[in-house]
Amino acid sequence: MAEFFAMGGYAAYIWPAYGIAAGVIIGLFVWSWRGLARAERAEAALGRRERRRVPKVERT
Amino acid sequence: MTASTPSSEQPVPGVRGSALHRFANPARFLRLARAVQPWLLAVTLVSLLAGLYFGLVASPIDYQQKDTVRIMYVHVPAAWMAMFGYSTLAIASAVGLIWKHPLADLAGKAAAPIGAGFTIIALATGSLWGKPTWGTWWVWDARLTSVVVLLFLYLGYIALWNAFEQPQRGAKAAAVLALVGIVNLPIIKFSVDWWNTLHQPASISRIGTPAIDPAMLTPLLLMAVAYLGLFLLLLLLRMRVELAERRVAALQLSRSRAGESR
Repeated sequence: MAEFFAMGGYAAYIWPAYGIAAGVIIGLFVWSWRGLARAERAEAALGRRERRRVPKVERT
Repeated sequence: MTASTPSSEQPVPGVRGSALHRFANPARFLRLARAVQPWLLAVTLVSLLAGLYFGLVASPIDYQQKDTVRIMYVHVPAAWMAMFGYSTLAIASAVGLIWKHPLADLAGKAAAPIGAGFTIIALATGSLWGKPTWGTWWVWDARLTSVVVLLFLYLGYIALWNAFEQPQRGAKAAAVLALVGIVNLPIIKFSVDWWNTLHQPASISRIGTPAIDPAMLTPLLLMAVAYLGLFLLLLLLRMRVELAERRVAALQLSRSRAGESR
């Protein structure tokens, strides 16, 4: 197991390479999930107000 | 993934109803995206796990590069996706400019940060591969320089989208930049053939048998499938984000207009 992590003496190059790849991809997913949740919250809040207001506007 | 509210099925006002824009209907797109997503996720996870196993465990070391050859499995597919992402961006920009297809502009906007991310992966892992094999973290050779230019094209595209108050003008300016930047793609592709550079030429795309051992080709292709799956999953997700943000903007606009008319 220790031999596997040592990567023939190149651990200092190989693991950061895999880590950066994973970090950037996971970061893109987390950023996008948060953005979607934020937008859908805002949409739900606006939609509620919209539904309350719509009949009033049609009458005027 | 994230569950969405039923209201996300409603098409954006003004987009619905046009026969020309049948496939631009966001509700139709969102339904399609939701149907494709689980299959895409399954293929991506299987190829990613298999690719990591073959790449890190069940593949031989290179007779010259020793274990550092394993960096290839996260580096080369990232470079492929960096170029694939830019092609997506350019095609979406062309469709957006020519046919005014409203989903195309959003597809380009959604693809840009993903492509930039894969470009950063390619540059960073390449640097980590260069140090033990070339003896340097960085060299301004044609391949590396043209990929840095690619990163700046992505960043410029994103900046232009956000540089205008009206989103349509930003989309148009960004699309023009994306189309002009296409010239960089063949430069990246052929830089290793046109100039005598430190970066090695392609091992896979040569006509005939690939210049790489099957034991190394297996993890490379598995990781390529996994990266493509990740790119497409991210693209669908970011398009959902962009559509949701556009719906919020439309609601805010209609609210303020209704407020004025009262």
